[in-house]
Amino acid sequence: MFLRRRKSVCPGHEAVERLFAQGFADACASFCGLVTSCSSLPGSLRKVNVNVPEIHISQAQLQAEPGPPEGQRPADGQPPAKAAAVEASAIRRFLLSRGNSAITDLGFHWLMVLCALSIFGIVVLIAVELVKGAQLSWSTSGLDFFFRAFVDPDTKLPMYWDPVNGHFSALPFVYGTLVSSFLALLLAVPLAIGVAVFLTEMCPEALRGPLAFLTELLAAIPSVIYGLWAVFVLVPLLREHVNPLLQQLLGWTGFFGSDNPTGLGFVAAGVILAVMILPIISSLTREVMTAVPHSQREAVLALGATRWEMIRMGVLRNARIGIVGAVILGLGRALGETMAVTMVIGNTPEISRSLLANGTSMASVIANEYGEATTDLHFSALTEIALALFIVTIIVNALARVLVWVVTRGAPARVN
Amino acid sequence: MGSGNSKGEDKLPTEHKMRARIRALTDGAATGLAVLSTVLVVAPLIAIFVYLLYKGASSLNLAFFTEIPKPEGELGGGMANAILGSAILLGLASAIGIPIGIGGGIFLAEFGRGTKLADAVRFTADVLNGVPSIVMGVAIYGLIVKPQSHWIPFSGHFSAFSGGVALGIMMIPTVCRTSEEMLLMVPHAVREAALALGVPNWRSVLSITVKTASPGIITGCMLAFARVAGETAPLLFTALGNQFWSTSLNEPIAALPLQIYIYALSPYDDLHRLAWGGALVLIVLIVLAVSLVRYVTSRGVLKGAS
Repeated sequence: MFLRRRKSVCPGHEAVERLFAQGFADACASFCGLVTSCSSLPGSLRKVNVNVPEIHISQAQLQAEPGPPEGQRPADGQPPAKAAAVEASAIRRFLLSRGNSAITDLGFHWLMVLCALSIFGIVVLIAVELVKGAQLSWSTSGLDFFFRAFVDPDTKLPMYWDPVNGHFSALPFVYGTLVSSFLALLLAVPLAIGVAVFLTEMCPEALRGPLAFLTELLAAIPSVIYGLWAVFVLVPLLREHVNPLLQQLLGWTGFFGSDNPTGLGFVAAGVILAVMILPIISSLTREVMTAVPHSQREAVLALGATRWEMIRMGVLRNARIGIVGAVILGLGRALGETMAVTMVIGNTPEISRSLLANGTSMASVIANEYGEATTDLHFSALTEIALALFIVTIIVNALARVLVWVVTRGAPARVN
Repeated sequence: MGSGNSKGEDKLPTEHKMRARIRALTDGAATGLAVLSTVLVVAPLIAIFVYLLYKGASSLNLAFFTEIPKPEGELGGGMANAILGSAILLGLASAIGIPIGIGGGIFLAEFGRGTKLADAVRFTADVLNGVPSIVMGVAIYGLIVKPQSHWIPFSGHFSAFSGGVALGIMMIPTVCRTSEEMLLMVPHAVREAALALGVPNWRSVLSITVKTASPGIITGCMLAFARVAGETAPLLFTALGNQFWSTSLNEPIAALPLQIYIYALSPYDDLHRLAWGGALVLIVLIVLAVSLVRYVTSRGVLKGAS
């Protein structure tokens, strides 16, 4: 269905182009003698000459296709399409040699291609730079960098990150990033889907615009302002009220130990991350939910379903792949988020079971130490963490894009 | 829900009633949850804004906009140098990001339509969009700040130039994709009309297609601008920050978000006050940009075009 729609936009355009090209080619063919023999062309034809590059494109299309439909040809006697194409190419060569806009056109085209290619260039440059920087650390510890830590022979305690003595392991950073991100997803996903459901299926028309705007605004707030707010409002709130409650209710699980009086830690980071990734997840979820055809909703409702059943069976089930994509995109954002997390996670390179303990993340260690690293190995270890972050976010983003694309590619068909 | 559908057939009417009630209750509960989650999402936003207004407005005064920071421990001072620094960085970023972004968008919409190259570029732009800003900072540090070569301008030390480049690169994917979407909305008839009048292709693209789509393209640029205006992470080890007036591209420069970060983590109340003031200025700028964008797009400048 989608295919047909797409085509329906084009034929008019193509037909016009083809007709135009055909007509012009014929005109040129019949003028051929005139053009070659006369020293001065009629003014009108001279104006048309400027169009040669456009004809070049159309002519290429013409040659690629079997030939224009019968009805579109001019009625008067003319050579067959193939002959016309050959004729036109000779004329085109002649006309091109007359110095029209072909060179500027070509230049413009390639300038635009260059702009587009520069995006490739940037990604490649980033990758090369990171790989180059990470080489030292990689050759020192290889894959162990991410999985193993130096154990102090005296105390038998792991020394994860000890720049002074040159022991580097990314283990606590990977752990911190994963824990804070998943905590954020745990909090954000149900809320985001709730918001999306409310905005697409339940919301009164008058409220929809402002609410959508507000959630979009949430995405526009810089992360450093989230961090500022978290440091002065969220962390005291957690410290005074939420954390003691969590310790009381869930302390027995061991995940909410009581040895951190600051209020900083994984929970604070997870909450602020959840606030930050909410708008991304909810707006993408909204997008995939509106892409679900209305006929699905109507069919479910016609069978006597309640509104929630309609949403569950008709909308959420159809949009689930896209929602998973949105969630993964949110995860990608959470993994790489730097400033807000750095400000509230506590920045302690340790692995502890308690979610209330101070932790650290891959992005925050880079933010904290990259500017002040002294040894080459320290630099290299930080760069390797950045490289890991780069690769992981690329994979996560690519996955999410593919999933969202799978759902929304057929979206325009909904109109019917 | 959806369980317990075979309890016994002799009590069918009551069973039906029960199920209908359960279904109605589930429906109500789901609606309630959706409303609740919306409230929960909007609440922090309003909390942030109210707190920001309350804290920020009380700390804004003339000195904030005209003075540079006082030495630590002294009261007063302002963020004038940070505001100027942000303006310089963002100007440089726009000068890099907007032309390349729009160029990429023109390629995607006008020249590369349907080609493999265009798909690849589109995908790469999306990937670049997802690269964490801190990674961008590390890469620019490696590219410009670290190497001491004659080939790279302003290289070898922290500089405003490197910060601007980092922000500019971050603008490119957003500008590129929004420009593409806006250009695709321009109807074919407009292009054909231009070409039929004998306008060369490049001229037709620039002064017909791009001009028609310009409100949308400007929107995209402003969105990208608003996004990088608040970026801190890529500036940490490129622009570095500066306590004094600086307008040189060759020296470290202060930036508003950077200054907010440094002040927020400092132990002085007066610096916290300045941080809130800075945050308010930043957010007002960004909200203005976003609302303007929303106004332009909702007026339907391009809606009827396709």
